[in-house]
Amino acid sequence: MSVNLKVNIAGVAWKNPVTTASGTFGFGKEYAEYFDISRLGAVTVKSISVEKKLGNPTPRVAETASGMLNSVGLQNPGAEFFLKYELPNLKKLDTKIVVNIAGNTIDEYVAVTEMIGDSVDMLELNISCPNVKVGGMAFGVDEKSAFEATSAVKKASKVPLIVKLSPNVTDISAIAAAVENGGANAVSLINTLLGMKIDINKRKPILANNVGGLSGPAVMPIAVRMVYQVAQKVKIPIIGMGGISSGADAIEFLLAGASAVAVGTAGFVDPYAHIRVINEIEEYLKRNNIDDVNNIIGKLEMN
Amino acid sequence: MGLCKLIQKQEIASNIFDFVVETHTGLQANAGQFLHVKCGGTAYLRRPISICDAWDDKLRFIFEVRGEGTRLLSQFRVGETIDILGPLGRGFDLDLAQGDGDIILVGGGIGTFPLLLLARELELRVKKPIAILGYRTKELITLTDEFEAVCEEVKITTDDGSHGTHGFVTDVLADMAKNGKISAIYTCGPTGMMKAVAKIAIEHNIPAQVSMEERMACGIGACVTCTCSVAGYNARVCKDGPVFNAEMVDWGGF
Repeated sequence: MSVNLKVNIAGVAWKNPVTTASGTFGFGKEYAEYFDISRLGAVTVKSISVEKKLGNPTPRVAETASGMLNSVGLQNPGAEFFLKYELPNLKKLDTKIVVNIAGNTIDEYVAVTEMIGDSVDMLELNISCPNVKVGGMAFGVDEKSAFEATSAVKKASKVPLIVKLSPNVTDISAIAAAVENGGANAVSLINTLLGMKIDINKRKPILANNVGGLSGPAVMPIAVRMVYQVAQKVKIPIIGMGGISSGADAIEFLLAGASAVAVGTAGFVDPYAHIRVINEIEEYLKRNNIDDVNNIIGKLEMN
Repeated sequence: MGLCKLIQKQEIASNIFDFVVETHTGLQANAGQFLHVKCGGTAYLRRPISICDAWDDKLRFIFEVRGEGTRLLSQFRVGETIDILGPLGRGFDLDLAQGDGDIILVGGGIGTFPLLLLARELELRVKKPIAILGYRTKELITLTDEFEAVCEEVKITTDDGSHGTHGFVTDVLADMAKNGKISAIYTCGPTGMMKAVAKIAIEHNIPAQVSMEERMACGIGACVTCTCSVAGYNARVCKDGPVFNAEMVDWGGF
């Protein structure tokens, strides 16, 4: 039985519903040593800002139960370097390229959007990074500022715009509705949950930044619940993520209403995780005699 | 690399385990590279452990039980398989030596282990090195015979004077740098020790390489968590290193 894995995300055709979570996949080169990254539905690269960012001091990672905290702080080489040295390699791939954009102010978001122009397939607006002092998550935890950032970037953007949402809010579906009103063509969720891990011998947090973003299997039930809530509220497609390590995990997100999923932290433990997830989604569909992945999106039946 | 069978296991000092695994791949391992090891159970992330020795399809690594991950790893039994990724990272450059002076290895504690493979490679391809190996106390001294087999000389120091020279490896190195002719220094150990070694190397204009350590997640360069400041940029210890030229590291931050 042949199975259709193609999905349409805001007018962009992905060959399958699996992408990479921004900030977990660099610019693709590292994983390309392990598998053909053109097999992905899309490659979502690390956050890019106008100017280069050195990121936070180390330690930037702390292991937690079934997951980890990170406080990288959006280290990146800046838009000019990205366009000149990283993008040409990405353009050679037979997959869609999504660039995550970061900024401290709305003007910076707009500036990086203009620099990137139509050189990539989609943009993902990062208003949810918990690891930077200004900008970042500040825009994503308030409906009004989320709307303002989205509409400003949407006006400047020449390609479909995804807005990545923070789970560090009371009602994520309200933020999702605000960015939909602001012109977002899709939403992605969840970014990491703000957390802290303490070294009890030193009586200090392990992370130099004290707090960081929690990811991995530990966050998955929260992410699935949030995708479900957002799916009830907005009409634009949802890219679901948070702790996906297998095809079965990905199917949960698709059933809850996501049109696509991203694999992130699982790739830190198993560099072949992304490919495994694609293969296991296909196996699930075959096993259940479903010939099109689109037929399971949002097909959750509540008790 | 995948699943590797544990074929030899020994506790060579209190809480220090010596593992030999069979890889089936015959992958080349360079001195200074590391393995990213799944410890099983509740340890979610892999643990980076330096390669101590490599021959045929065998890899040997030695680790100290420091936390939950290494405690779980120490419980593997001979015959069981361990999920290992690697060899990863950039190892030591064997062509570092300039001139015909001595090649010096400076190791501290568990940082001495990766220097054994380096000593073997140097002996084979360049010349026998001199090893200065430092330990907290006599009970923690390991692998001396193996170092002696491939080194011109092995000098041992202990912090408490229970064996060898009473003091630090850097005291011995400073003397040698002042009075002898050194053409290269390779070091691995606590960051403070390596910083002091780098200072001596830079003062005497001796080429030196250091093996850095940092908390790590992916091990393959993607997550950018294990950084250290090298030439003004946050380089990835796992991919750009773990071995760096000593003069390139921004030691002010340590």
